[in-house]
Amino acid sequence: MYSEKVMEHFNHPRNVGEIEHPSGVGTVGNAKCGDIMRMYLDIDDDGRIQDVKFKTFGCGAAVATSSMATELVKGRTVQEALLVTNKAVMEALDGLPPLKVHCSLLAEEAIHAALWDYAQKNNVVIEGLEKPVSDIAEKE
Amino acid sequence: MDKIIYMDNAATTKVSNEVLEEMFPFFQEYYCNPSAFYHFASEGKKAIDKAREQAAALIGAGSDEIYFTSGGTESDNWALKAVAKAYEKKGHHVITSKIEHHAILHTCHYLEENGYEVTYLDVDEYGMIRMEELEKAIRPDTILISVMAANNEIGTIEPIARIGKLAHEKGVLFHTDAVQAYGHIPMDVEAMNIDLLSASGHKFHGPKGVGILYVRKSVKLLPVIHGGAQEKNRRAGTYNVPGIVGFGRAAELAGQRIKKRMTKETELRDYLIKRVIDEIPYARLNGHRTDRLPGNAHFCFRFIEGESMLILLDQLGVCASSGSACASGALDPSHVLLAIGLPHELAHGSLRLTVSEDNSFEEINFVVNELKKIIERLRSMSPLYEDFLHQNQ
Repeated sequence: MYSEKVMEHFNHPRNVGEIEHPSGVGTVGNAKCGDIMRMYLDIDDDGRIQDVKFKTFGCGAAVATSSMATELVKGRTVQEALLVTNKAVMEALDGLPPLKVHCSLLAEEAIHAALWDYAQKNNVVIEGLEKPVSDIAEKE
Repeated sequence: MDKIIYMDNAATTKVSNEVLEEMFPFFQEYYCNPSAFYHFASEGKKAIDKAREQAAALIGAGSDEIYFTSGGTESDNWALKAVAKAYEKKGHHVITSKIEHHAILHTCHYLEENGYEVTYLDVDEYGMIRMEELEKAIRPDTILISVMAANNEIGTIEPIARIGKLAHEKGVLFHTDAVQAYGHIPMDVEAMNIDLLSASGHKFHGPKGVGILYVRKSVKLLPVIHGGAQEKNRRAGTYNVPGIVGFGRAAELAGQRIKKRMTKETELRDYLIKRVIDEIPYARLNGHRTDRLPGNAHFCFRFIEGESMLILLDQLGVCASSGSACASGALDPSHVLLAIGLPHELAHGSLRLTVSEDNSFEEINFVVNELKKIIERLRSMSPLYEDFLHQNQ
């Protein structure tokens, strides 16, 4: 049911883990729908994403979209990272089954949530970034 | 993938050699339509009569109380829709449970759309209905109680004999979806006061596309599939002769071997459960510890999601499922796991391994050893596990 790219990222996910003192961290999704993604960003003073890590609870597509999203934002500026949409993630994975499209939306949300956290903490304004809707509190 | 380790026997089973041999002549040698007039058709007729006796004998029924269908889903649909219609003058109330297969639940929804009222009984933490709740639910206008003999996901065996006894005392008909139980555990329609029973051939080493509905002689039975005069005008459609023959032979073999098969499967199952629960942390056995189908083991593993586990098992050639095959593709966690009170997060991390007597202890060892690695790997990338570890530091 999954493309080879999805399977490849599922079997060898990139950037799994945590960043100890992240510039920004965002967690999206909930246990009810069965997918939770957490994205950590390490952003330098020039606003460039130096490192990114993720942890995901979810299906094969959830793991693959998180992995691909980290690849797509790594080395980018925060402004460029905003351009990594769910469509971009899906295309990079050669598509997703219809039932799994929401996973790519979650990956986009996870990036936004981590960027939002970074912006809040550092009092920066990232143009075009809105408060993520499905950001869930750490303890929820 | 060199070798398949098949542990999804609740989804379907392998047709046994003896069954296949019995079926073969009815494809090319005796391909006659048994409803035909000429002498050539008599072999088919005889074979169906024999299969009907074999199917009946396994559950202590009369052969004239067995109707062949296309499988469990048709039998369930027929039982519910036909009883509802035939007894509409008595009332419009049906009682079932929250953990039935969708063949029952969706048919009940259909009845609700057509003016019937359905009570869905809760189950306890093991997935068993509570007799006192059932008794309270019975009303003067209750026409049918339909409770499955054993659950297809968590394997819990329901108190069928007690339900049947209560139903008969109250003058209510009792149907049981025995798709998982027929051929696997002893059942007797007389001793258990069962009025209607559904079973499916492919669940006990028979062929797919054939099932039965047992209907007690005293029950008024209307047709749902209309057409020709087959099955005493109750179920139209040309006889699936090879399928019916296969069903009969599989039922006969199940009857002969049931004790031996149950012993072997129970040994395998208990060994599997023991290893998983002893060796994998934060694992939970779902369903009843002892009142469960001999081949069924069903677990939840905290902090991980079922599909990821299934993909990794699949890559090793291990066929397993997270719940029922019919429900896969849906995003919601299983209605059965929610009914036994599991939170969503836990219900998402489910794994069903269903063994047959063809499985071995070596296969179980392989699966458990690999499963340990898979769960460790998935937990290492789970934000839920990360939170859990932080909270416990």
